[in-house]
Amino acid sequence: MEALMENLLSNVDWTEIGWASWDTLVMVGMSLLFSVLIGLPVGVLLFLFGKRQLLEQPVAYAVLSFVVNVLRSVPFIILLIVMIPFTVMLIGTSLGVAGAIPPLVAGGAPFFARLVETSLREVDRGIIEATQAMGATVKQIVFGALLPEALPGIIAGITVTAITLVSYAAMSGVVGGGGLGDLAIRFGYQRFQTDVMVITVALLVIFVQLLQMAGDRLVLYFSRK
Amino acid sequence: MIVFDQVQKSYQVGGRAIPALHPTSMTIDTGEVFGIVGHSGAGKSTLVRLINLLEPPTGGRILIDDENITGYNASELRAFRRKVGMIFQHFNLLSSKTVADNIAFPMKLAGIYSRTEIRERVDELLKRVSLVDQANKYPSQLSGGQKQRVGIARALACRPTILLCDEATSALDPQTTQSVLKLLADINRELGLTIVLITHEMDVVRRVCDRVAVMDAGEVVEMGAVSDVFLHPKHPTTRDFVFESESIDREEMQQDLQHAKGRILRLTFRGESTYTPLLGSVARESGVDFSILSGRIDHIKDTPYGQLTLSLVGGDLGAAMQAFEAADVHVEVLR
Repeated sequence: MEALMENLLSNVDWTEIGWASWDTLVMVGMSLLFSVLIGLPVGVLLFLFGKRQLLEQPVAYAVLSFVVNVLRSVPFIILLIVMIPFTVMLIGTSLGVAGAIPPLVAGGAPFFARLVETSLREVDRGIIEATQAMGATVKQIVFGALLPEALPGIIAGITVTAITLVSYAAMSGVVGGGGLGDLAIRFGYQRFQTDVMVITVALLVIFVQLLQMAGDRLVLYFSRK
Repeated sequence: MIVFDQVQKSYQVGGRAIPALHPTSMTIDTGEVFGIVGHSGAGKSTLVRLINLLEPPTGGRILIDDENITGYNASELRAFRRKVGMIFQHFNLLSSKTVADNIAFPMKLAGIYSRTEIRERVDELLKRVSLVDQANKYPSQLSGGQKQRVGIARALACRPTILLCDEATSALDPQTTQSVLKLLADINRELGLTIVLITHEMDVVRRVCDRVAVMDAGEVVEMGAVSDVFLHPKHPTTRDFVFESESIDREEMQQDLQHAKGRILRLTFRGESTYTPLLGSVARESGVDFSILSGRIDHIKDTPYGQLTLSLVGGDLGAAMQAFEAADVHVEVLR
């Protein structure tokens, strides 16, 4: 049995796999953090500037929406390449784990912003009206009513964004991004080491499953409906 | 006192102004329960939302205690809104907050109450609406009636002087409606709060309101004391509402009247005269024979009233009518 395993997975260097998994974890974790930090306020603004909403601003909405749409319509693999000069300017390199994070955020933040906007729209208008009738400021409505009410939806959005970032992070291997994707491309694809490919894919699947389960748990925990 | 001075509201739809409320002037007195009744789309929701400026008027002035609220700036408006509580058809509670936190919410928003003040006030309100045991539950765990009681407690948190009720009982079953209306009446009596209540059920108006305005197509078509409007409706819309609330089928009633003999009168008793044994003595003295075609005894707020439709045959009809009127009974000749 052991011999069989040894034979089947002859090319797999488990230390390498370990480091690559860690890199993926760091890339996804960091880019998720920045995607949420940027995407959440952008999503809130998109919602507030929207038609018949609290701060209705057709022009600001159109501009913001356009930027978000542009970033979302560029295929991520292209975004990775287009972003290279900007990434170098920002953190000095476009390679490795650090170099992958800016394009990941550029892909993740607008995606998450739209999810935030959608979950805020799902908050009952009556709740906004009731809060307004209590004499709340827009800020109080956002932090006191809208965000708490939309929290389960926002957490679901974070989960979806995290999973999208896992697949984006794997893609970043193409331009030297590091992590499991990089391993899969360099060894699994370019050197025909199928066993490495299988292991990296299996790990990515497990990673995504764990993320989804954790996300679902949190949504359930925060749902009071 | 709430004064509407030529207030109007229209919405811009595709460059055209669609009127929701035609210029309206009226006065709602301090401490009264004022009902606004109308079918959906009649403009009553707009009217009630003008009072706390959730809908700004497109013309006219709204004076509350002699202050023109239409001239308020943003921060004055927020301070003013704290003095106007509002409850809703679908309760509009925050699903993410417990009952106690929902009630505390407007006080926290106001930012002028200490933690102890808020806690004490919430306890007091929980008792007032009999929800002490539900304090730490979430709205989804409550029944409709309990949710509305949370809504009422929340609306009262900042000690408002006006309470607006937007179809507050329309989503509740008849029994729960009763208890919520009773709670509103108690609050009105004990706190001297002005209540403005909109509804499409005349029955709600009959139970709690002092005065009523009937709305149709963006206009107030009839207004007055509930007993007057209810017992002697003038406008066709008002009549529809009254018939509806008494579940009278007009065609059936017409048929009944056709079969009846002699004169047909409708007698309306109000207050003490409701309980006076009048019919027998009038019949004896005037020699008329009567049969009762329909009748009911009920209450308008706390005042009892009765309405009888009689057919009268023979005897001295004039004397009978005089005797009724002498006893403070309103007589209408239907045929």
